[in-house]
Amino acid sequence: MIELKHIQKVFHTAKGDIHACQDVNLTIQTGEIFGVIGYSGAGKSTLVRIINQLEKQTSGEVIIDGEDISLLNPKDLRKKRTKMGMIFQHFNLLWSRTVQKNIELPLEIAGVDKEIRKKKTRELIELVGLQGRENAYPSELSGGQKQRVGIARALANDPGILLCDEATSALDPDTTEQILDLLKDINRKLGITIVMITHQMEVVQKICHRVAVMSEGKVVEVGRVKDIFEHPQHTVTKRFVRDISSKIDDDKQNENLKTIYPDGILLRLTFDEDISRQPIVSRVMKETTLDISIVSGNLTNTIDSSFGVLIVNVLGGTKQDYDQIIQKFQDYHVIVEVI
Amino acid sequence: MSEFFSQIDWDAMIVAIQETFIMTIISLVIAVILGFILGIILYITKDDGLYPQKIVHRILDFIVNLFRAIPFIILIFLLLEITLMTMGTMLGVKGALPALIVSSAPFYARMCMIALSEIDKGTIEASKAMGASNWQIIMKVLIPEAKPALVSSITVMGISLVGYTAMAGCIGAGGLGNLAYMYGYVRQNMPVMYTATFFVLVIVFMIQIIGDLIVKKIDKR
Ligand SMILES: Nc1ncnc2c1ncn2[C@@H]1O[C@H](COP(=O)(O)OP(=O)(O)O)[C@@H](O)[C@H]1O
Ligand SMILES: [Mg+2]
Repeated sequence: MIELKHIQKVFHTAKGDIHACQDVNLTIQTGEIFGVIGYSGAGKSTLVRIINQLEKQTSGEVIIDGEDISLLNPKDLRKKRTKMGMIFQHFNLLWSRTVQKNIELPLEIAGVDKEIRKKKTRELIELVGLQGRENAYPSELSGGQKQRVGIARALANDPGILLCDEATSALDPDTTEQILDLLKDINRKLGITIVMITHQMEVVQKICHRVAVMSEGKVVEVGRVKDIFEHPQHTVTKRFVRDISSKIDDDKQNENLKTIYPDGILLRLTFDEDISRQPIVSRVMKETTLDISIVSGNLTNTIDSSFGVLIVNVLGGTKQDYDQIIQKFQDYHVIVEVI
Repeated sequence: MSEFFSQIDWDAMIVAIQETFIMTIISLVIAVILGFILGIILYITKDDGLYPQKIVHRILDFIVNLFRAIPFIILIFLLLEITLMTMGTMLGVKGALPALIVSSAPFYARMCMIALSEIDKGTIEASKAMGASNWQIIMKVLIPEAKPALVSSITVMGISLVGYTAMAGCIGAGGLGNLAYMYGYVRQNMPVMYTATFFVLVIVFMIQIIGDLIVKKIDKR
């Protein structure tokens, strides 16, 4: 069981203090898949990094199976960490090691004998379905395969907890689906507690038992996924729920759009309430030489917020130019998805 | 043609090649070892490093920058006393080594730091999450991940060292630079000058080719 009690985290930066976590209280049961959802900057990564103490909280307690791990000395903490796996959005594998060797790394760190390492690695490779790729280097793998290595590596020391920070955010929908299935399977087979950090409601919907919604460093809502879907309370939660229900028909529409606009890239821009009344698109257009044309748009106005989605087609640039455009939109806090 | 070659003292040429080789290799090996250790210390003592040590970092950084800023030819003269004391001579291969090492170790330290900084922070984070100690991170993650860049820096430095040995040669350190200067320049013996240049180029290309081959073999990115 993971208990977070009154977690505060303040980053002191040149631009002032950032309150990344504000009085977060959560209890995560052993064996459950617990989601933490929120928009970028909500403090999710900070929170999950506090669970394994990669980040020290400013105040509060992190109690794992009854023990406050923030009080451990460095050596005991390292030992504890071997029993908490972690996977990442960008996999964070070692380029210089093969699949086999990447998975062996945590075992080497824990000082496990070579023979046992070999045996354990073989089991893990089978578990994540990478048989035959043992001697490949990460650069020779697809994103989904890399994440499988990441998962195998995270499970090497038989941890009781698996922390996933946006583990599927860099993957395409099909691969996301497969990785989520794998995680669900692992949860069932090994009884491991999974903490899933994500900004994708689909992920929560697909595998989480319970979910906490984070916004601006605070947990604004916690509950069973089904309840959250049926009766979202907080505006942020409502937005996530609304987003996913509109997305289902989106997927089909997007496929059509891609055939209509085969050139350049198609971007799905999501404006949230604070920014949707600013002239962001026209500003970005002025700052670039690329052609941006609006393909479709949808702005929802409610009494207290307006919230919009715009699909644009960007033409006449290289991949770098496109990355720059995406960055520009993101600088204006627009959520950008490449269709 | 035979007249061209007849003006060359081949025994002296072979000795010069050997001297250049030895000077380059010895100073390269020592400078790489020293620079590597310095570079790692610099890297881990950074503010956001594995083992932040502001004062240590500042001091080492200052020393490294200082020695990198002093032109090699001036360094030779600055180190005359020390060279005499440690090597017993300021001439020949021995006399050249201190200046070669002192000038290139900081250079390699800087290259190491750059190579290490290019490692994805995520992999370091991942190894911390696995429970790795700083020492394990250095040995199992940082060094192996930076290896291609570390090796290609050795290549770059090896080549610049050949250049330095030639410079040192002009003031009595021996080697191909010395030969080219004494015979080629002072006595206007062009064949010696051209041949010495040719062999310098051969050594440079050899270092480059070997370095590139190794990098190609170990770089798995
Ligand atoms: N090391 C850090 N130094 C300063 N600010 C940070 C640091 N890490 C995160 N932050 C800030 O804390 C807030 C929460 O970040 P993060 O936990 O990464 O959010 P999320 O994962 O939900 O996107 C952001 O405003 C971010 O800029
Ligand atoms: Mg994050």
